[in-house]
Amino acid sequence: MDAALLIEKSVFVLILTAITLGMAAYMTYGERKIAAFFQDRIGPDRAGPFGVLQPLADAGKLFFKEELIPKNSERWMFILGPGLAMVTACITSAVIPWGDTLPIGDRLVSLQVADINIGVLYIVGIVSIGVYGIMIGGWASNNKYSLFGAIRASAQMISYELSMGLALIAVIMMSGTLSLKEIVEQQQGLNWNIWYQPLGFIIFFTCALAECNRAPFDMAECETELIGGYNVEYSSMKLGFYLFAEYINMFVSSALMATVYLGGYNFPGLDLIANPTLLAVAQIAVMFAKVIFFIFVFMWIRWTLPRFRYDQLMHLGWKGLIPLAIVNMLLTGAVMLFLA
Amino acid sequence: MSALPIPFLVLSFITILCALYVVTSKNPVHSVLALIVAFFSISAHYVLLNAQFLAIVNLMVYAGAIMVLFLFVLMLLNLGKAAEPIKSNAWALASAISAGSLLLILTAAFQKSGEQVYRNPSETVGLVKNLGKVLFGEYLIPFELTGALFIGAMVGAVLLGKRDSGDHESSALAEEKGASS
Repeated sequence: MDAALLIEKSVFVLILTAITLGMAAYMTYGERKIAAFFQDRIGPDRAGPFGVLQPLADAGKLFFKEELIPKNSERWMFILGPGLAMVTACITSAVIPWGDTLPIGDRLVSLQVADINIGVLYIVGIVSIGVYGIMIGGWASNNKYSLFGAIRASAQMISYELSMGLALIAVIMMSGTLSLKEIVEQQQGLNWNIWYQPLGFIIFFTCALAECNRAPFDMAECETELIGGYNVEYSSMKLGFYLFAEYINMFVSSALMATVYLGGYNFPGLDLIANPTLLAVAQIAVMFAKVIFFIFVFMWIRWTLPRFRYDQLMHLGWKGLIPLAIVNMLLTGAVMLFLA
Repeated sequence: MSALPIPFLVLSFITILCALYVVTSKNPVHSVLALIVAFFSISAHYVLLNAQFLAIVNLMVYAGAIMVLFLFVLMLLNLGKAAEPIKSNAWALASAISAGSLLLILTAAFQKSGEQVYRNPSETVGLVKNLGKVLFGEYLIPFELTGALFIGAMVGAVLLGKRDSGDHESSALAEEKGASS
């Protein structure tokens, strides 16, 4: 590997991580503003104009809070938990194509960290590992509420992973590739996968909500039953890491849905732009517009729908979504067989 | 014999260290975590051998699914030193024999394939496309049979785990009777 490529990739990874963290920070602001709008309130408006500095104030507060590690906890595992949650949340974005290529000087910089030919599987693999952060943290706290929260969260994530994978299989069957870049390239203009896979999209979206532990599936932090869920014992920035990881997961799963179902950086009319730099910028803008749209829908759902009961959640996962996803897969196969 | 590549040595060191910790650790949860790290480094080995599909499937199935279930059970049981059953030496002997024979088989397999596999990994064998073609072409029948076996095992496990509805009611009745008397 030549040095220029290494530097290019490192810089890109740094920028991407910074953008991800920045997005996550401002998603907390967006969440509070949207919640305020839905509840006919004003929301945060003290720090800066319209309260735009609120995330910075929050982060500063979290850093300076007293840090408590419970006496009876497993000290190292207690520290490991939030770190793992953060790492698994951040590394997922490595295979998502944010645009095609951006010319800098005479180099064509690919706007994707790694175009591996198993991109989709990588995502599913990292998602299945994402359970550990919550599980280890909840267990190491040595608190029955956090253990309950952790067990609920992981049971839910394991259950919804299955239908998520099955929904993705239908897309893979259609596109014939596991590379996210190629999946995006096949969705030129308005030729998006959502028109061919509407059922698969709905299944995937529901699973994404559940995988991020978002309402109406946020059983892991059901205050009325569990005080706060898996993060009860956490304070200071460790708690901040858990909360942040949730928002990063939301950001990444929105990006994934935009990539797989909504054509990624494709938009009708983009081919007319001749200037390659302008084209790259437009592609990134389109991608981010789609991502922000999905994030808004996530928040919209959270402040509109009440929480499920735990048994309803499991029923929906195992008896509703998995059979539906299998039917979707078989239908896709049958249609492909008879129309091709 | 020339020196082995450095990534291979580092990974092997991590793998063996973690594997040893799995066996020696007194805390079962620590054991499981070390095993997860070991699976990760084994996946990295697969990547070095250009077997990307195998690498990611190893992560998904072993590190992702099976180990989560292990951790689940351990956390629910909350095993401490007091709960550890006293095992006889026969157990140690039996596990030594089975692990030893596995080692023998693996060494034999390695002897046969030679270290060339490690030094010059094939560029194409491990890719999803080629693996899929081999699995669904040449080895279709064994593959489908394995699938049937898995389904059979799954249904069997569900059947074993499921209590008869009549059984459940009668035990509930018995409890009620016990409480009232």
